[in-house]
Amino acid sequence: MTTSEKVVLDVDGLRMRYGTTDVLHGVTFQARHGEVLALLGPNGAGKTTTIEILEGFRMRSAGRAEVLGTDPAHGDERWRARLGVVLQSWRDHGKWRVRELLAQLGSYYACYSTDLIKRPWDTDELIAAVGLTEHADKKIRMLSGGQRRRLDVAIGIVGRPELLFLDEPTTGFDPAARHEFHELVHKLAREHETTILLTTHDLAEAEKLADRILILNSGRIVADGTADELAQRIAGVDEVRWTRGGQSFTESTTESTAFVFGLFNRYGETIADLEVHRSSLEDTYLSLVHRALVHQAEEAAR
Amino acid sequence: MNPTTTALRAGWSRGLIELRQSFTNGAELWSHFFWPVLMLVVTFFLRDVTFGQSGISLGTLALPSILGMNASMAMVTMSQQLTADREDGTLLRAKATPNGMLGYLTGKIVSVSGGLVADLAILLIPGVFLVSGLAFGPGSWLTLIWVLALGMVATLPVGAVLGSVFTSARSQGLLTLPILGVIAISGIFYPITSLPGWLQGVGQVFPIYWLGLGTRSALLPGSAAGVEIGESWRHLETVGVLSAWAVAGLLLAPIVLRRMARRESGSTVAGRRERALQRVG
Repeated sequence: MTTSEKVVLDVDGLRMRYGTTDVLHGVTFQARHGEVLALLGPNGAGKTTTIEILEGFRMRSAGRAEVLGTDPAHGDERWRARLGVVLQSWRDHGKWRVRELLAQLGSYYACYSTDLIKRPWDTDELIAAVGLTEHADKKIRMLSGGQRRRLDVAIGIVGRPELLFLDEPTTGFDPAARHEFHELVHKLAREHETTILLTTHDLAEAEKLADRILILNSGRIVADGTADELAQRIAGVDEVRWTRGGQSFTESTTESTAFVFGLFNRYGETIADLEVHRSSLEDTYLSLVHRALVHQAEEAAR
Repeated sequence: MNPTTTALRAGWSRGLIELRQSFTNGAELWSHFFWPVLMLVVTFFLRDVTFGQSGISLGTLALPSILGMNASMAMVTMSQQLTADREDGTLLRAKATPNGMLGYLTGKIVSVSGGLVADLAILLIPGVFLVSGLAFGPGSWLTLIWVLALGMVATLPVGAVLGSVFTSARSQGLLTLPILGVIAISGIFYPITSLPGWLQGVGQVFPIYWLGLGTRSALLPGSAAGVEIGESWRHLETVGVLSAWAVAGLLLAPIVLRRMARRESGSTVAGRRERALQRVG
């Protein structure tokens, strides 16, 4: 990874309130140049709201946000040219052809080309990069769901953004399309040093794509770290199973190594079929979300 | 190249692409030809009916009036397209692109006015052969050009305002009835002077009447002015009323458009889509 120390995204105490409902309660995080960040959480956690505020499409109620050094609420067109946006659902420009639309949308970026970043991306190269070469002359409404989504990504990156927002990028993908898409994201991060913030409710995807995972739940960041860090930091409960004298036993413990040591000290070789199940990131995630749901239900009951 | 020039250029090519699309797909091609053909049939059947003592056939009066009416209908096209583009996310796409809104609007103006010019030609060229009593001179073209140009400036910004106010294609349908009402009192198919005075007054508020009057003044002999209010083509008043609409529209449109665009986000588009699907299901 080519992560540097430069902070590209800086969010501090972000709040969003609709009427009397708080959707975000003080969301705080940072992203550094070249980092791939996953905003993970169940539906309704506030992922899309967060990303829309950072894209400059929605006004926040309170808190501080800096995107590429600019407050997204006051971003100008020069700032806009450095961002790429892929939203959840697009069905625009159905009558246009793939190459035609990419060339049209790319042309707006030409005047924002710099010595370091040549804008826009060459249309045919871009089409090849997202694997749409065979469909370049097709009308957009004739594309399949997965092809359409790849076109959306192509439009998102046509201006060679320094920061790319991907909102639920692989919803509705089959496994093969998902795999291809993951390759594309890796390539963007590796070869083009694009900083990427993506939202997903799929843990496996977050684990595969992101350098760092933020778990958002009910408008709060409840965990922030690499996949390994998250699994370790949040004390998961391991499950130890064994048999002794033909009888099977199960024990849940946070200190599985010490427990097994004690077990052997006590019973020695009569212990058989020993299994230790470490809590996975998935367990951690589910227990976090579950805890928050219970908390929410209690609040509502009051 | 500076960003504004870039966006204007991109908008121009965007408009041409959309114009080409509207003449290469069945449904839109049909709508380009259906109304002009219907109107020509109407004028053809009105050719032997004369208006009062004037001796001018209603068909002769109606053809130029219909041209003017069609020009003012560009307002409706603009409004409908804006609403549709808002529903499917085209507008949000423009918002996510640097200077994309400027390019989008330029494109819309190019495609709507280009489509209108084509529609007028589809009506006028056969009309000249089917309808007698039209008077063509070098002045006709000049008058036609300034009336249509001013008419576009008067109606397109108002169309953009309407398109920003109506949030769904369904609510756009509410516009149809009042517009038909205004057409009925604008002297398009029958001279306005045959209406009661107060209705004449109402009709003269809207640009449809003035566009019809302007196109009649371009294509009819001077004597035909006899059936008009004040027995005159009233060019000065035409310029006055159409300019007033143009100024009001140009002042209001940027404010309303900006406000509408500011509210667009992924979730508003998704929400509208969901509501639309619920209605279908």
